[in-house]
Parts: sequence; structure tokens; C-alpha cells
Amino acid sequence: MTDLKTQYLGLLLKNPIVASASPLTGTIAGLLSLEEAGAAAVVLPSLFEEQVEHESRTLEEAFGGHHIVGTEMHEGFFPSQAGHISITQDYVDLLATAKRELSIPVFASLNGYSDGGWTHFAELLEDAGADGIELNVYHIAADLDATGLEVEDRYLRLVEQVRKTVAIPLAVKIGPFFSSPGNMARRLIAEGAESLVLFNRFYQPDIDLETLSVVPALELSSPVEMRLVLRWMAILRGRIEADLAATTGVHHAEDVVKLILAGADVVMMTSALLQRGPHHLTTVLEGVHRWFNEREYVSSDQARGSMSQESVPDPAAFERSNYMKTLSALNRQH
Amino acid sequence: MPRAVDRDEQVFLTLDGNEAAARIAHRVSEVIAIYPITPASPMGELADAWSQSGQANLWGSVPEVIEMQSEGGAAGAVHGALQAGALTTTFTASQGLLLMIPNLYKIAGELLPAVIHVAARSIATHALSIFGDHGDVMAARQTGMALLASGSVQEAHDLALVAHAATLRARVPFLHFFDGFRTSHEVAKIAALDDHTIRNMIDDDLIAQHRLRALDPDSPVIRGTAQNPDVFFQATEAANRFHDAVPTIVQEEMDRLAEHSGRRYKIFDYHGHPEADRAIVIMGSGAGTVAEAVDAMIQNGERVGVLTVHLYRPFDAVAFVNALPRTVQHLAVLDRTKEHGSVGEPLYLDTVAALAQMWPDVALPVVSRARYGLSSKEFTPAMAMAVFGALRAAGPSGQMTVGITDDVTNLSVAYDPSAWSEPATVRRAVFYGLGSDGTVGANKNTVKIIGDQTPLHAQGYFVYDSKKSGSTTVSHLRFGPDPIRSAYLIQEADFVGIHHFGSLDRQDLLKVAAPGATVLINSPFGSEGTWDNLPAEVQQEIIDKNLEVWILDGGKVARENGLGNRVNTVLQTGFFALSELLPAEQAVTAIKDSITKTYSKRGPLVLQRNYAAVDASIAALARMEIPAEVSSNHARLPAVPTIAPDFVQRVTGQIIAGNGDLLPVSAFPVDGTFPTSTSQWEKRTIATEIPIWDPSICIDCARCALVCPHAAIRIKAVPAAELADAPESFQHKAWKDKSDNTMRGIIQVAPDDCTGCGVCVNVCPATSKEVVKHKSINMEPIADHLSVERVNFDYFLGLPEYDRTKLRLTSVKGSQLAQPLFEFSGACAGCGETPYLKLLTQLMGDRLVVANATGCSSIYGGNLPTTPWTTNADGQGPAWANSLFEDNAEFGLGMRLALDHHLEAARQLVAELAPQLGDLATRILDFDGTDEGAIGEQRGLLAQLRTWLNDHPGPLANRLATLAHHLVPRSVWLVGGDGWAYDIGFGGVDHVLASGRDVNILVLDTEVYSNTGGQTSKATPRAAIAKFSAGGKGTAKKDLGMLAMAHADVYVAHIAFGANMTQTVKAMTEAAAHPGPSLIIAYSPCIAHGIDMTNMVDHQKMAADSGYWPLYRYDPRRESTQDHALHLDSRKPTIAFKDFAMTEGRFSMLERANPSAAAKLLSQAQQDIDDRWHLYEQMVDVERTARYGDLSDEQDEEHHR
Repeated sequence: MTDLKTQYLGLLLKNPIVASASPLTGTIAGLLSLEEAGAAAVVLPSLFEEQVEHESRTLEEAFGGHHIVGTEMHEGFFPSQAGHISITQDYVDLLATAKRELSIPVFASLNGYSDGGWTHFAELLEDAGADGIELNVYHIAADLDATGLEVEDRYLRLVEQVRKTVAIPLAVKIGPFFSSPGNMARRLIAEGAESLVLFNRFYQPDIDLETLSVVPALELSSPVEMRLVLRWMAILRGRIEADLAATTGVHHAEDVVKLILAGADVVMMTSALLQRGPHHLTTVLEGVHRWFNEREYVSSDQARGSMSQESVPDPAAFERSNYMKTLSALNRQH
Repeated sequence: MPRAVDRDEQVFLTLDGNEAAARIAHRVSEVIAIYPITPASPMGELADAWSQSGQANLWGSVPEVIEMQSEGGAAGAVHGALQAGALTTTFTASQGLLLMIPNLYKIAGELLPAVIHVAARSIATHALSIFGDHGDVMAARQTGMALLASGSVQEAHDLALVAHAATLRARVPFLHFFDGFRTSHEVAKIAALDDHTIRNMIDDDLIAQHRLRALDPDSPVIRGTAQNPDVFFQATEAANRFHDAVPTIVQEEMDRLAEHSGRRYKIFDYHGHPEADRAIVIMGSGAGTVAEAVDAMIQNGERVGVLTVHLYRPFDAVAFVNALPRTVQHLAVLDRTKEHGSVGEPLYLDTVAALAQMWPDVALPVVSRARYGLSSKEFTPAMAMAVFGALRAAGPSGQMTVGITDDVTNLSVAYDPSAWSEPATVRRAVFYGLGSDGTVGANKNTVKIIGDQTPLHAQGYFVYDSKKSGSTTVSHLRFGPDPIRSAYLIQEADFVGIHHFGSLDRQDLLKVAAPGATVLINSPFGSEGTWDNLPAEVQQEIIDKNLEVWILDGGKVARENGLGNRVNTVLQTGFFALSELLPAEQAVTAIKDSITKTYSKRGPLVLQRNYAAVDASIAALARMEIPAEVSSNHARLPAVPTIAPDFVQRVTGQIIAGNGDLLPVSAFPVDGTFPTSTSQWEKRTIATEIPIWDPSICIDCARCALVCPHAAIRIKAVPAAELADAPESFQHKAWKDKSDNTMRGIIQVAPDDCTGCGVCVNVCPATSKEVVKHKSINMEPIADHLSVERVNFDYFLGLPEYDRTKLRLTSVKGSQLAQPLFEFSGACAGCGETPYLKLLTQLMGDRLVVANATGCSSIYGGNLPTTPWTTNADGQGPAWANSLFEDNAEFGLGMRLALDHHLEAARQLVAELAPQLGDLATRILDFDGTDEGAIGEQRGLLAQLRTWLNDHPGPLANRLATLAHHLVPRSVWLVGGDGWAYDIGFGGVDHVLASGRDVNILVLDTEVYSNTGGQTSKATPRAAIAKFSAGGKGTAKKDLGMLAMAHADVYVAHIAFGANMTQTVKAMTEAAAHPGPSLIIAYSPCIAHGIDMTNMVDHQKMAADSGYWPLYRYDPRRESTQDHALHLDSRKPTIAFKDFAMTEGRFSMLERANPSAAAKLLSQAQQDIDDRWHLYEQMVDVERTARYGDLSDEQDEEHHR
């Protein structure tokens, strides 16, 4: 039987499949079922800066005492907030319980974009026992005055600040939209990222034609989306000093295997588990075992990066020519 | 065993009087039955919150707290709990105490030990007032309860315990009271009583005896017998010894408290010269004020004193006389109440009787009767000095008032405010802020900081105006080395904080500044530019008083640090920096610590932003150079324009300007009657953005006008010719009108009256094809439009109103062309109630009579200085009155009965005069209908009738002249909130619904007691968090509509204007037309829901779409037309309740606080909705055989045939 163990963020994982942030990882019941299904580690849903900000505003509205609307109602309209558990506290509680109940590593995820105060949350997560933090930088560079360099600096500053704040392992989850993702990867690592998680998916706005309003939309990933990740796994493998985690579009055992061949240390699953349930992870894991066993690999480490850009006979296949090839393949079909 | 008082162990707390009393009450009670009423509500709220969080009493059990449907209900529950042997308490005030009186007699008659804590408040007479005096407790003095008075926050704490201890010993129940607001809401540093002391004061053996007397089937007794003339009298006298023993017991308990605490009280406390020739007798917070005057006068060689009454009932004449120096020749008894027709107010009468009975000498002191401080009227040492001064001249029946100018009966004594100045050791700071800027909260923290971190004593008292939007606040803070006795507003401050720059243009805020005082102004103009932006009067005052002025751009610092408009932390830091009450570094640390305490639950972001703002504030502080001369070219704005009517100029304007205290007695109506149409003169200009109309894309839907809570968006349609002289800036557009194709439509904002809530823009459906965000109305900065829109609005007002007899009032558009006769109320920005009232006045305002239950609507409708109820060009408009909270249905029914009687009498007289009147009589008597055309016609006929009556005087004609106006039908509406209709007034509502009379009940359902701060009512939905439902309400909302539908002849509508405007308009019209009782339950979004009021229309839509608020109309008349009574006007629910609920703080907060409870309650709430919808669907097809016509008149009989 092939040994699927893998090193990720300094921890030895029993296999390469990590259940990524989703509603499933937001409850203890969900986490336990993922562990039972064979997940090697879990990433809790993101603690969103936006969400915390929104909560602050809501609480301020409700309890701020600035609803002084007359002599008789100057103490606000709600009972004392003694019972209120802030989103942050809730998150910390979930993390602490998960750490207690699960035997697999638990990673916390932080999703923010602004400087300064935000990094304080990393400390809270470390104190609550997180095995590592996945910093999900989620920034739409809509400011036309901000240069690419400035946007990149902002990412780097954030990583630098969190790195300074906590001692636990730090992964950084980024999107693919950099002029030079590879160079950006290096700079992030230089600031202290110990793993890169490729790639996050943005909520994409949609237009509701009835109401003529903009509505947020997030479709679950489809397997084709895995290709973008595959390319960058292959390009980065062996050329950077950090772990690589692949995420987005991982639906089947074959996807996991491909990503490992391209160079992923771990492969993260979300959409497929949401669609099919935690037990799907068992099926995928079995498929991965089968693939490696049938081909008599001793360990997945043996295969890891065996098809990275450095390791394939035709490195250019991962670059522009890939586009050409696709077109010609399509032409042949029709 | 009592312990020696160790000052080092003493715990000091900074809290208000309500909390001081409630802490004791909760600690020594087992059952607490409550009902909200200002200013006592916080005691109940705290008790509820403590029990909710599991805080136990002295014996380790958590007191059972229950909210009742009224104070009458609370008193009944208290009585029952006492009978069953529980240590029981309640909290109340004013009308609440009055509603308890029947039970107080019972509780006292049965010698049940209990304590009722009262924040004493005025009783509604010619007007309601929420403020403090002794009118309520004096109305309970005859019940047999013992009355114990506290005069300060410390006393409210100490004597609360004395009351609880004494009642157990005496078995006589106690009413412990302190002055509403002045003590209940004053924040002060007090020495707290620890558990050791409380335990030592409360005797467990006495509790055991109380238990033994309880009703128990194992040793049964009966109580509450009926007694006959043979024995009732004797049985009453049988309790004498218990009442006789009370004074001694109270004194002993006071002495016991002194052993533990070191604070010594007497049932009658004398303070002053041991050989005083003059003394004042007083009770409550005024005592400390008089004591200040006494000390000062003794310093000046005068022999004066003050006798403070703590135990008022039973009145111990011997102890009273013994407490007074024998040397006293003149006594003034100061009563904080008024008893018309009596020889004297209660305390005066008791004093006179006690002296007559017990004074050892033949010559009695001369006793004067004096009234002061009604409804929290200021009472200062200077006034007390004036009373002392007047005493020498007073005759045996001397009567006086102090603190007002009585130029009618000339009873007032004049006083010289400069006769008194506060000791230099007391630091005094006054802050003017807005309700929305957090000034009060920061100042409360400042009092706590100084109280907790320095040996200084600290006091904070906060004054709010009665507006619910754009309200202003004044904070009065004192700090000094000794306990602060001054129970009055600061007269001269050595620090003045002006937190809202615009206020300087409206009120004289520097009047309170002492010469040389430090002034901190929150100004956007910086230290260089501020001077030029000050009104001339302010510049003059700064120069004259040699004020040291500092500038801090609080808005800028707050914004830069992510705090929005919350300037409180910034300016608080400025105060600490300038006042030097604490060393700079310690101050900053202390402010940050208090920020941590206040905001920690709101998350780390808020904390860090506040910390950063503190650091930035000190750097932003700059001193202003004061030029030698006034240079401003603008003056302070007049309170009301000079074209306002005389009364508004003389009285209303003075109140608006903050000079109400200076108005003499003669300025006022003698019976509480005030003119309407006054809100139009109170221009507040509180919006920062106002809606601006773009006619090019307007679709004439009129929704903006319908939803505007403040009638600040108006619509008119006029013939084009009328606009010939329109200002160039005046916009209008072609208006579709079937009768006249030259009509031009106008949508106009009232820029000074708009609150900037944005509801109109939110509801506007017309968006530009080029830029989707651009609507037909858009919020734009007021500064860019104010002057132009002022001109436009003035011009708009001068344009003719649409002829209402030609309007189709049942349509949204038609209704909005009618003139609203409810405008510019002080309701919250975006209020969900006022659009209904405004619409009501558009539909039938010229013949509307409103009985208004106490609550938000009576406050924004009738709180001085101004009222939003107004009149049309003919002077007709809603006639409005508020009686009480609990009786509004009955009150309105009484109006209906009178009006029906007048109508019938008038018809009879017309019939009797028919031979002379001829055809005119027939036409008048034939009047039928409620449509505007017919009413217009009837008005015309009545004009002819009046002329005829004038020309043909005679007994019948003269009588008819006084009644003829009733021949135009009056629409009687009973308006109030859910607290009234579902809870306290439900009995009356039920009776009125069963009366068959033509009254219309409009329930403005906010689903909580909004006016008193958001307490649970029976309209509160399951799963919502509200005060008294801290863990989410566990029971379903009462289905009031269903209860009403049980009556065969009641019209019922369940409406939400934001969900369906047409249905709302129809329901109001149908209800008015229905000849029997009608009930409209109107969904009214409220800030108590935890929502952004700008989106209140969306919330209403979701409420309907989720089935949370189904829309329906139940019209019994339809049963006779082959139709069914109930029509569902909303569709089957299309969204889940949770999707709606999570958009509102009241539901979503529970999810955060207790997810599992939330899941359970939300699921049950969904079941409630599903079940109700299913029931209604079935009811749509239900046929009723009890014919509606049974109760109707002949006309209806004819209709059936």
C-alpha cells in the first residue's frame, strides 16, 4: 500500500487531502464527519474582516447608546448585551472545541485586507490552539490610483505583520491575478509565508435583471477550474521554499493525483464535499490509494512533483504553448 | 454581629439611583413583578437582566422576574406572591403607582411585608409629565403603606435596605421612594453595602414567620373575607399596634445600618443651627439643596435649619417635634406636589397637625405652605434662601411657590440667582451634545473614571429634549472632595463642552459659563477659522467673560479613526486634557480602560479605533486666539420666525429657545389646551442630506410622499397658469389628470423639516436608464440645496391645494394629493408609525377626532413645544387628545358617544325646524355617505344653515347653532401602540370592539414598548430579543386580529404600507366607512427592531413575503354580498422566516448570543407562521351565519333587501 503521508506546515499529515474552509468545517458535527471520512486536516471557515466589521457596526447600532431618542429611551433598545457572543469569540470557541474533539490538525483561516488592527486576530487564533493560520488575502484592486506594486506591497505588509505577531505556521492563500504570480510567491515567502495555497475564488457579482441590482454570486467550483491551479503547482514546484497546497476544482481522485504529480504537498477539497457530503472524501481517498497502489508507488512523495515543469520533458507545455495545443485539439474534434 | 466600619474595605460604586435601589431589591427578593414606566423602568430592566444571567439573591436562588400587562397586574401578582410567602418587590412610578393603589390597600390591610420602590413622578393632569415630583406617592399615602423617602443616590441604596429590613419586622408594607430623574437617573459615587451588611439587616427568623403565615393547604386559612357593619370597623383598628410600631422599627433599622456603614439616618433628620429661628421641612432630593443654603446662611450669621423627612408614613408626630429646635418660630413646609382645593399640601397638613398635637409650648411656630419643584422644576439653594427670606414676613396662612413666576395669583416668591454660588472646591462641567454623538455615554464614563480612580466625589446628571430625531443633550458633571448634595443643574460652569457646532446658532450655550471658564468647541473650522463662524452674540460673550476657548475638530479625528460621527471619545479626551482632573498620562490610560469596559463586547476593531482616536485627540487640541472685538456678521437665529402667530412667539418660541423656565404663569392656558399647527414654526434643519427631485424620470407614483415619516415630501398638482410667477429654481412636470390636461405636478422637499432618513429615496422606483443609481429623487448634501429649496418650499406652500372633493382618495396617488394634516413631527428619523397617521389625515383629517394612547405617538404628537397635528386653509383639522395609557379605547368611545348624541340632537332640531327650513332641511337630513363629494356638499348646506340660523334666532335655532357642525360626520380614531392595545388597554379595546359603535382603532404595532425603550409586549414575536426577553421571547405573538374577528361586526385589517400601499389606503378608507367598530393593526418598523430605518420599506416587504406579517382585510359587510369576510391581500409566503429575521437585529442578535436557543425559537416561529397562514387560508372560505346586519340601522336593512 502506498504511503500517502505528507509534510505540510511542519506537520506530518496522514494523507494529502485537507477539507478546506466551508460551512462543513463550521460546525463540530461537520468537522467530526470530515475526520471520520479520512480528512488529514481541516481548515475552519474564514473569520472575515468584513464580517467582524459588520458585527461591530450592528452592535454599535444596537448598544452604542447613541440611540438617544428622548428622555425615556436613552439606554438603548435592547437588554444588556451580556449574552452576546461576538463572531470573533464564536470563532475562537469553535477552534478551541475543534482542537479538543479532533485528533487531526486544525487550521484557522483569516480573511482580511486592511492594515493594522486586523493582525490582532491572528494572536487570538494562536492562543486558541490553531495548528496554523491560513491567511486569505482577499482584495479587489478597484482603486485606479493604486499601482500593481502598491497592491502587492499591501499583501506583503499584511503577511509581514501577521508573521511578526504569531509563531505558529502561516499559509497564505492568494488569487491568480498577479502580473507575475511566481515572483509574488517568492516575495510572500520572503515575508514569512510557509505555504502558499493556490488559489482562492472571489465572489463574483452578478446583475439581477428584474431589480437592476448587483447581487453577489458564488457558484461551487467545477473540475475544469483545477487546471489553473495545476499549471501553477507545476511551475512553482521545486522553485520556491514553501509548501504548496492546491485548492479549487478538486472533485475526484484523479484531480488529487494530478495535483500531487504537479507538485502539491496537500490538496484541498470544498465544493465536491458540499455537493456530495463528507463521505465523498473517503471515496476520493480510496481512488487516490488505488491509483498509487495500482502503479506500485511506495509513497506519494515519490510522485510529488514528478510532473512539475522542471520534471516534464516539455516544460513549455505549462506555458503559452498549452493554449495553442488546446486550440488545435479543439480543431481536431470539429 | 456588626463589624466596625473599615474605610479601607469600603467599596465605592458609581451608579444611578435606580440601580442603587434595584441592587438591594434584587438581592433580597424572590419574586419581582414588573411593568415598564418612566423613570422606574431601569429598576425592572436591571432586575430582569440580573435574573436572566443567573444572578442569585442573598439565599442563592435566582429571583423570579415577570413582566405583567399593567401595573395593576403587577400589584396583583405581588399580592399573590406575598400571600404565598415569597419575599416580593416591584418598581413603579406615577400612573403606575395609581393603578396599584387598590392592591396597596389590600397588601397593607393584610399586613404583608413587601417593598415597592418608586421613582416618584408627576401624575398626568392638564398634561402628562415624565419628570419627578411627589404627586404619585402622595396619592398613595392613605393606603396604609409605610412611606420612606430617599433624597440621594446613596440614600436610595441605604434606605432601600432599611425598608426591606423594616417591613419584615413591622409586617407593614413599605413604599420606598426617591425623586424621579433627579435621583433615579443621577449618576453618583456611593459607598456600596456589602452582602455582610445586607445579611445582618435581614433577619431569617422573620422570613420564616412570613412563610408560616403563607397560604398553605397543610395548614389552611382564608383571607379576603367580606365583613359586615358589625365588625369591619373593629377589624380595621385591630392592626393599629403594627402601624404604631413602624417609626421605632425604622429608626432601629437605621441605627443598625449605621453600625455597619457609618452612615447615620434619622426618621426626621435635622440639619442646621441648634437654635434656629426659621426652618424648612422637606422630603426628597431638595433636602440636600436646602442644606447647602442653610450652611451658607449660618456662615452669614443667620439661625436657620432644615428638617428632612425620611419616614413620612406612619407620621411620628412626637419624633417630628422632637427633631425641631424649640427656638423655631417660622417653618416653611415645602411640598413637591400640588393639591388643588386643600388647606395645604400633604406634608404641610401633617406638619401643622403634628405641631398642634405635640408642640410643647403654647405659642406654635408660624407654618407656611410652599410648593416647589413640580415635574423636576429646578430647585436651587438660592430658591431655598428666598423661602427663608419670605418666612419672616409670612402670616399664619402664608402660601407661596418658589422657582416660578406666578403673575396670576401672585404666590411666587422672587429669588436672586446670584445669592448663591457653588463652593470653589467643586469642579463643574456642562456639555452640550446631540443624542446621536455619544456625549452622554462618554460623560457617564467620565463620572465613573473620576469616581473610581480619585478620592473625589462625582455626580452626573443628564438632560434630554423630547424630540426623537436630532435631539440635544446637556450633561451636568460635578466633582468635589465631599459628597455632592446639589440636586440641581449647574448654574455656573468652569468648563463648557460644545459638541455640536451648529447648536451655537440656536441657543445661548455660553450662558452657563463662569467668567474665565474653559470652553471646548467641536468645530470643523479649526482654531484659526472658528472665530469667524461664531454668531456675534457668542463672540461678545467670549470677550465679556474672558473665556479660554479650545478647538478640537472632533468630527475629523473621529472620521480619520473610523468612528464615523461618534465624537464622544475624542471630546472626552479633550475634556480630560484641559480639566487636569487627572495627570495626563493617567487620564489617557483611564479613558482607554473605560473604552475597553464599554466596548469590549463590540469587538477589537472598535476598541482599537477608539484607542487611536484618544491618542489623536490630544494632538488635535488647539487654543483659539480671542480678538479684542466682535467681528461676526451673523446673529443667532430666532427660535421662531417673526411671522408666527402671537402665542407661538410668546410661548412656543420661548420654550424652543430653552427659556421655558422663564415663562410666567399667565403665559399658559388654564386647562392644558394648546393650538395645533405649531411644528411648522420649529425649523430644526437636522438633515445633512435631503432628497432632491429629478422630474425628468418621475413616474408620478407618489410613493415617496406616502412613505415620508415627516411629511417633508409634498405633492401638489396645479393648473399650469398657477405657476406663472414660480421662481426659476422651481421644478414641475406634466401631470396626468383626467379633468385637466394643463396640470403640472410638483414634488417638493421641506428642507428644514426633513430628517434626512432617506426612506423616500429608498422607495422611489424610477431609476435613470443611463445611471441606475440615479433615481427620480436622490439624497444630496443639504448645504448645496438649502437656500434654493427654502425658496421653493415657500412658493410651494402658497400654491392651491387640489380640490379634495375631486380626488380619488382610495388610490395611493389620489391620497397623496390631499394635504397632510400631520407634519414635521419630532419622531425618529424614518419612523414607521407616522406615515400611517399622516395618511389618515390626508384621507379624513378635516373631520378627524383622535384619542391617542400614551406612547411614542402621544409624545411626537403632543409633547411641547410643538405639535405636528395641523389644519387646512379653512382651519379644519384633526382634534386630538391624550388621556392615559390604559384607558384610550374607552376614552375614544366616550368621544364617539358624545358626537353621536350631538349628531342625533342636531338632526332632531333640523327636523323640528324643517317647516321653516324647507328643502334645506330635507337635503341636510338626507345626507348619506362618506365620500368627499357628499361631504363637501353637506358643508355647503351647513353654511347656508348657519346663515339661516343667524338670521332667525330663537330657542331651537340657537341650540342648533351650537350643534350644527356635527352634521358633517366625525371620524373617531383611537390611536396607540401595541403596549396599549395588546397589554394595558386590551380590556378596553375588547369592550370597544364589542360595543357596535362606529369607532376605528389604529394600532401602530412596533411589537415592543418603543417609547419606554423597547420592553416586551404581547405583540413581541417569538424569538425576538427585547427588554424582559433577553433570551429571546419564548411565546408567540398574540393574534389580536383573530380575537377581533371573533366579533361578528368588527372590520379588521392587518396592514403594512411598505408591503402594499394600496391595501393600506383601502383599509383605512374601509375602516372609516364601516359603521361599526374597526381595528387596523399596522406594522410599524422601529429602531427597536435593530434595523436601519432607511430600509424600513424593504423590511415590511420581507415581513409580508415571509408570512411573518400577512396582509388581510376582514370586512363583515361582505358576508351579505355573496362574498366572504376575509380577504388575504398578501401572497402565500415566498421566503423563509429566517431569511427575513436575519436582517433584523432583534432576531439576529439571539443567533449570536445563543445559537441553539435561536435555532429552536426560529423554527418554532416558522411553525407559528405556517400554522397561522394555514388557518387564514381556511378562514377565507369560512361562511358565517351571524348576519352583520343585526346591529345595523334601517339603511343597512334596506341594503340587504
